[in-house]
Amino acid sequence: MVNKEGRQGLTLISPTLLYALLMLAAPLAMVVTFSFWTQDYLEVNTTLTLNNYREAWSQPLYRVLIARSLSISLIVTFVTVILAFPIAYYLSFKVTRRKSLWLFLITVPFWTSYLLRVFLWKVILGYNGVLNTAFLELGFITEPLTFLLYNANAVVLTLAHAWAPFAILPIFVALEKIDRSLLEAAEDLGDGPLRRFFRITLPLAMPGVIAAILIVMIPTVGDFITPKLVGGTDGLMIANMIQIQFGKANNAPLGAALAVTSMVIVAAISIVIFLTGKRLGGRVK
Amino acid sequence: MSRVLKFISARWMVTYAVAYMIFLYAPVVLLPVFALNDATIIAFPLSGFTTNWFVVLWHTEALHGAIRNSLFVAVTAAILSTVLGSFAARASARYSFPAKRSIMGFIMLPLVLPEIIVAVALLVVMMRLGMSLSLWTVVAGHILICTPFAIAIMSSAFQGLDQSLEEASLDLGETRVGTFLRITLPLVMPGVISSLLICFTISLDEFIIAFFLTGTDVTLPVYIWSQLRFPTKLPSIMALGTILLVLSIGLLIIAEWFRRRASKKQGLEASPTGGFV
Repeated sequence: MVNKEGRQGLTLISPTLLYALLMLAAPLAMVVTFSFWTQDYLEVNTTLTLNNYREAWSQPLYRVLIARSLSISLIVTFVTVILAFPIAYYLSFKVTRRKSLWLFLITVPFWTSYLLRVFLWKVILGYNGVLNTAFLELGFITEPLTFLLYNANAVVLTLAHAWAPFAILPIFVALEKIDRSLLEAAEDLGDGPLRRFFRITLPLAMPGVIAAILIVMIPTVGDFITPKLVGGTDGLMIANMIQIQFGKANNAPLGAALAVTSMVIVAAISIVIFLTGKRLGGRVK
Repeated sequence: MSRVLKFISARWMVTYAVAYMIFLYAPVVLLPVFALNDATIIAFPLSGFTTNWFVVLWHTEALHGAIRNSLFVAVTAAILSTVLGSFAARASARYSFPAKRSIMGFIMLPLVLPEIIVAVALLVVMMRLGMSLSLWTVVAGHILICTPFAIAIMSSAFQGLDQSLEEASLDLGETRVGTFLRITLPLVMPGVISSLLICFTISLDEFIIAFFLTGTDVTLPVYIWSQLRFPTKLPSIMALGTILLVLSIGLLIIAEWFRRRASKKQGLEASPTGGFV
């Protein structure tokens, strides 16, 4: 039985909920349905079939793209979180004044055009790019480095840059919540700085680390701008293929099957990470 | 020994933090550098100072159309997501209701969902319904991804709201509507403005959804994407990017100022993370 307060709350949230149901839940259900249909030239054949999934899972090209998307996304996540942790730690434990200014400065680059940020990495890493020019001038190298751009490394670097604030903020929040007296207690009981970090700080920061991992990993699987601009041919990811199927290839059902497949795999990985993180995380009773 | 270790680690931390900030700002700093550089090639060494690329923008007709489209989309999406976000934030801050966690989780879902999934899902529906793509379909998609941000900002605004003020107003004979207009709205107004500005900025910059759902009228990021293929257009795109950069930073500073003022008005310390986490 829903009481008066419950009814009021539900009424108040109903416009937003209705919008999300109509524009998100229904379309997502539609994508799933679509993936069981087939494209006959201009018409869509609505007979249910598993053909799209058969093609998506058996074609080597799609398997390579899905595997690459997952591995790039996992590497990006690892790199981003490892790079972000010391910054979050520094902000939480070492910075005493103007913390919000630091956080503001960290988020500012994120608010500038994503397209242009990715494009500028191309300018930095290119053959005649900023890095090569600088290294040549300084005499570190005698000819421009070619391994910087148009490969998976460039994709990893660019994405690690793009998602930095999303990794820093959750870890920072988790570190801020740690009761400082626990650290003093560990020190008093004879733990050195390293032992203290691994036995107290890291386990207690785990919820933030897990949040950061999921927030970075899930969206990066679906990115297609970065692979297209800086990835070259061996940096292309599954989202590029989904875009091609919905666009030029005019095979939306296959595109839908690819999208559903990658989302299911990502969801499964996320659940594993979440559960592992819960186990590793510390608890203050 | 341990003091030496401590000294080294403190120095190391600062060095790392500075290096990290350089990494974060490296691409952003290059934008105005190349926008003001007198060369058609985007590379070092720089050849001279010019404001010519900004003048080029002024004479590009296609760009003006894209700007008008983007402003329409961003303003509409910002207003509608702030309204929808306020409903949800108010409901979640003030009431407990059945399935609250799952409902809120579902509404916040676009925050973690890859944008290509949102875009593809809406595209499939439009295709099935036989609706033609227009700026409104882009607005529909942008509302989905902006609403979670609006909820985050409005939640902190409503959480700091002292309920007894509203109760006092009702007790003194003001109607519900009157109370909302005279008490609630003025108190959460800074939050509303901050949410409008953030949603506007997100929508203005959003590319993937706009790319999939736009019809013949392109938005600004879609226009930029189409120009990135032409090397001769790049310097003026850098100039455009510089203008957008200055605009975004300006809007963010204003949004941040309003957010802090909102917290101060309610006698609270502004959360440094902006209420997102």
